[in-house]
Amino acid sequence: MPNCKTVVPYTGTKEQEEALQEIIAAHKGQSGATMPVLQAAQELFGYLPEEVQIMVAEGLDIPLSEVYGVASFYAQFTLNPKGKYQISLCLGTACYVKGAADVLTAIEKKLGISTGSITPDGTFSLDACRCIGACGLAPVMMINEDVYGCLTPDQIGAILDKYN
Amino acid sequence: METKQINLKIDHIPVAVPEGTTVLEAARSAGIKIPTLCYLKDLNEIGACRICVVEVKGARSLMASCVYPVSEGMEVFTNTEAVRKSRRLTLELILSNHRMECLTCSRSGSCELQQLALEFGVDTVRYYTGRPQPQPETSTLHLVRDNSKCVLCRRCAAACRKTQEVGVIGPNDRGFQTHIGSAFDRDLNEVDCVSCGQCVVACPTGALTVKDDTQQVWAALADPTKHVVVGAAPSVRVQLGECFGMPVGTNVEGKMLTALRRLGFDKVFDVNHAADMTIMEEGTEFLHRLQEGGTLPLITSCSPGWVRYCEQHHPDMLSHVSTCKSPQQMFGSLVKSYYAEQAGIDPKDIFVVSIMPCTAKKYEVKREEQRMANGCMPVDVSLTTQELARMITAAGLMFTQLPDGEVDPMLGMASGAGVIFGATGGVMEAALRTVVEVVTNGEMKPLEFKQVRGMQGVKEASFELPGKTVRVCVASGLANAKQVLDGVKSGALQYDFIEFMGCPGGCVNGGGQPVQSAEIRSFTDVRGLRAAALYSQDQRMTYRKSHENPYVQKIYSDYLEKPGSHKAHALLHCTYAPQKKYRV
Repeated sequence: MPNCKTVVPYTGTKEQEEALQEIIAAHKGQSGATMPVLQAAQELFGYLPEEVQIMVAEGLDIPLSEVYGVASFYAQFTLNPKGKYQISLCLGTACYVKGAADVLTAIEKKLGISTGSITPDGTFSLDACRCIGACGLAPVMMINEDVYGCLTPDQIGAILDKYN
Repeated sequence: METKQINLKIDHIPVAVPEGTTVLEAARSAGIKIPTLCYLKDLNEIGACRICVVEVKGARSLMASCVYPVSEGMEVFTNTEAVRKSRRLTLELILSNHRMECLTCSRSGSCELQQLALEFGVDTVRYYTGRPQPQPETSTLHLVRDNSKCVLCRRCAAACRKTQEVGVIGPNDRGFQTHIGSAFDRDLNEVDCVSCGQCVVACPTGALTVKDDTQQVWAALADPTKHVVVGAAPSVRVQLGECFGMPVGTNVEGKMLTALRRLGFDKVFDVNHAADMTIMEEGTEFLHRLQEGGTLPLITSCSPGWVRYCEQHHPDMLSHVSTCKSPQQMFGSLVKSYYAEQAGIDPKDIFVVSIMPCTAKKYEVKREEQRMANGCMPVDVSLTTQELARMITAAGLMFTQLPDGEVDPMLGMASGAGVIFGATGGVMEAALRTVVEVVTNGEMKPLEFKQVRGMQGVKEASFELPGKTVRVCVASGLANAKQVLDGVKSGALQYDFIEFMGCPGGCVNGGGQPVQSAEIRSFTDVRGLRAAALYSQDQRMTYRKSHENPYVQKIYSDYLEKPGSHKAHALLHCTYAPQKKYRV
């Protein structure tokens, strides 16, 4: 599953949780409350871990599976926090035809995670994105602000090692 | 207010139906059956599967008839080339993604998808998705979830969310990745599934099936060191015949007893008798609470789906739940104590099988607080009605031709009060028949409490005891139970005695009942017909009140002293504890 349950421990603070409770209280009883509450929750926590989704489900008195169904349906929600180094690999048309899929497999293999998730130590998170406007360098990826172009799968090990 | 009649034509046939009727239902009134897959009347009307499409004159595209309302002058065509082609293509696309192991699928023969493929003459599938198929999920005691056979109709999710308001399963992810699962795709035994099996009842294919425990029973029957004892729940006898092509609502008690004996069970008892015992204990508990100022309302504890729901969702209400074990557990407890003693058999050599309309009973038999003082679990295996039918078929018994058999009376002879336990309101009525007579010391007239009968989700009534009006409530389906509980907690509703059954309509509509297609379930009152068969059996009984059952009286005089005695408590009661909803 691309956007699966996170492996990073929950680190939400009391302040964040209280802020979430206020948002829930403001929406309670309204139909269609799940979306705005989840949006606000993601704004607060940066992602939607199970602990947060349980607070939303309990607060709105709806089943957790319904909250999770919405959270996993929309691309705007993420179940994983972003890593210290955020890898964005372009899977746009140009990058794709130049072999981005093989590069992605190499990254997944090297980090032992799938697209949409994060390494257990929180160092790397991996996302696939659409065109970043550097088609001349295809296939291309960004790690935070660094851009890497003309990638081949065998370069991945050395590039990622630089960040460890 | 009178509903406006709408005139339309379906396949050139003039039809007049009330405003708001769907094209699908209007067509039925003209004798036209439109095929469906995701549709379950009143429960899942979402127009998702596109099997029920029809041509509507003037409309741009084909319309899903299950959600399309009629309008004045409308012309509908249900069987044009475009319609047939579309339905067939849809079916092929659904099948492209389906693990077609029909030969070994337990729903083969009762699968709605298979039936559609037959009806449409789909003998090859041109498409193949090539995606890896998910593996079956077998974490719970009561069902197997095999998403490789799921058609994403969402009938299970609707049953779980709407009927039961438990909502442990629903659609996850989107597009090609969409699948039915629990939150965070946890296994069902890690979430607050109550084991009611209503999802299994709703499933059109083999994606949700009852876990089969028949091999354990065959093994016990073949083991000469085991004394194998069986008893069936009240509602099983009004369901079992359906597995052999008999009409819904046929009472096959006599044939069932013969079948059980011919399968090789050493004793054929009846859980109806244990239901009478439950009334003696629960009625006494109610009177005790009423007279001594105990916690009221008292809530029944026969339905393990309800009990588990209460433990997880309303732990603050557990003190209201009766301490009585369910009839299944009382049955097993009495077999491995009273009967063992009378027959001179070591309880450890007795193997107790219960036949239940229920999937949650499979979970109940493994609950640790049910364990007896002698170390035994009261019931060894709980089979559903479906599984019993499978055993009967495997044994080559021609069920419809079996002669009527007799029960072994010691733990088998029951009163009519025990019989009606299988329908919503039945436990309440059975209890009232005994409670009123015990308190007033006179014969109750009329005997029947018809206010608590019927298939409505919530029923209430009140009756007079000397110096006290007793208010009772009966609800079935957990969504209805929740509604009543919320009222009780807020003080808006005040009752003394409440009967909850986890499944809508009670045990006659349990998760282990014979499979009936959406076609039957949508347009036949399946549970009402089964319940009617129970009430009619009650009317024919010699004894109709639990306390008049001589085999109940004998257990108390020989063994338990009196209802609610210390010994009865040790054997027939237990307590329930809060359970976590989430595993985080």
